[in-house]
Amino acid sequence: MVQDNDRQDASGPMIRFQKVKKSFGDVHVLRELDLDVATAERISIIGASGSGKTTLLRILMTLEEPNSGVIYVDGEPLWHKKVNGELVEADEKHLRKMRGKIGMVFQQFNLFPHMKVLRNVTEAPIHVLGTPRDKAEARAKELLDMVGLADKMDNYPSQLSGGQQQRVAIARALAMQPKVMLFDEITAALDPELVGEVLGVMRQLAHETQMTMLIVTHEMGFARDVSHRIVFLHEGQVLEEGPPEKIFTNPDHPRTREFLSRVLEH
Amino acid sequence: MVTFDWEFAWEILPQLLEAMVVTIEATVVGFAFAAVLGLLLALGRRSETWWISRPAGAIVEFVRSTPLLVQLFFLFYVLPRYGVRLPAFVVGVIGLGLHYGSYTSEVYRAGIDAIARGQWEAATALNFSQRHKWTKIILPQAIPPMLPALGNYLVAMFKETPLLAAITVVEMFQRAKIISSLTFRPLEPYTLVGVLFFVLSFPSALLIQRLEARFGTR
Ligand SMILES: Nc1ncnc2c1ncn2[C@@H]1O[C@H](COP(=O)(O)OP(=O)(O)OP(=O)(O)O)[C@@H](O)[C@H]1O
Ligand SMILES: [Mg+2]
Repeated sequence: MVQDNDRQDASGPMIRFQKVKKSFGDVHVLRELDLDVATAERISIIGASGSGKTTLLRILMTLEEPNSGVIYVDGEPLWHKKVNGELVEADEKHLRKMRGKIGMVFQQFNLFPHMKVLRNVTEAPIHVLGTPRDKAEARAKELLDMVGLADKMDNYPSQLSGGQQQRVAIARALAMQPKVMLFDEITAALDPELVGEVLGVMRQLAHETQMTMLIVTHEMGFARDVSHRIVFLHEGQVLEEGPPEKIFTNPDHPRTREFLSRVLEH
Repeated sequence: MVTFDWEFAWEILPQLLEAMVVTIEATVVGFAFAAVLGLLLALGRRSETWWISRPAGAIVEFVRSTPLLVQLFFLFYVLPRYGVRLPAFVVGVIGLGLHYGSYTSEVYRAGIDAIARGQWEAATALNFSQRHKWTKIILPQAIPPMLPALGNYLVAMFKETPLLAAITVVEMFQRAKIISSLTFRPLEPYTLVGVLFFVLSFPSALLIQRLEARFGTR
């Protein structure tokens, strides 16, 4: 399905996993996983607990290093550098360059508790991208407005509800203008009545931007609405993938069927 | 029985206050050194490079396991034999800083370890440089809760400055010793020294208690 180690051109996928393996001790989490995600494509990754969804995203965010395989982001190897046509392990400089293309929103929000909301959003643009403060703040206000929190910019994260914190976290990630956004069960830590406001922001984002998105979620209705494609992960491999209509109504694989009947029950 | 001679006490007070400036200078400079060194040692111990982490760990363990007085004597009497000749006050400040730096490094270590992993990961996801991760994200969160523990070491160091008398620094205690040996009256100088120490360290201890209440004890 993929040519080995070939340089990806502009028409290639935004993300390419090529035989990626990851294990923690004896636990094989990703087993020669292959996956392509096109530019501007939104995929939802579903699968049972422990199937490797979080690990997949964390490897893309460079929070976890794969044991083998190659990952391309925007045509460039993520964990490797090309030296004389050979792939060698990436150094910190290369990783930082690649990280600039990717943003992530976490299940636990991970806002910076010692900074007000506005500064949570402006800090990285100012210190990482070198954006002038006034420009960064203007942009941050736009983003906070978009997530419905313009009136909270002078609050500390601890003064916000979980849903509000998660919306700030989305704004914070967007402020870095990544090409790819990763969302790891971003509503899983929320009280049920707060899930809707966060998914609302996500739906809006899906409609208004052309960002490539990898979404890990247990909210099947939401996944169906916003995704171009559903990827079903099973024991560290892509077992089945396809458009939402197909996967949710008529999946090929019995395991997919079994998984969906289990999660759609409640 | 000797009675307390108020007039004599009043007479020697200016000399003691003058020496107290030396005590305070030694404390402030010594603690500034300890605070910076402690942070460097804590960062050093966390380093992935063994030739940084090992020596940093060794320094901390060694310094913490040997008495300050012995360290001061070593710095003051042994180093000059190898050509390192420094004024007594400087040696004293280095000794205090080194000794307390090895203690504060443990405070920093615990404080840094207390920061949730998610903070590091969010900082990585936002592509902060290693330096900015520390200066913008981790240390500003880690340091405020450390203040009570650091404050306790500051007061402890202040109360150990009389050890500098042993290497000829004329701080408050040494001044009292000199006065008492010249006048044969130990009561007033030593009492005054005790009172002066109390006047400075007791309010500091209260202040630290308030910090503790604010940040929670650890
Ligand atoms: N840092 C780690 N150390 C050891 N094992 C880990 C680590 N991270 C993940 N694992 C293990 O890897 C496997 C896959 O974990 P992962 O978090 O990727 O699953 P997941 O699909 O996101 O599951 P969930 O739906 O529960 O979030 C699990 O068995 C998990 O226990
Ligand atoms: Mg997970």
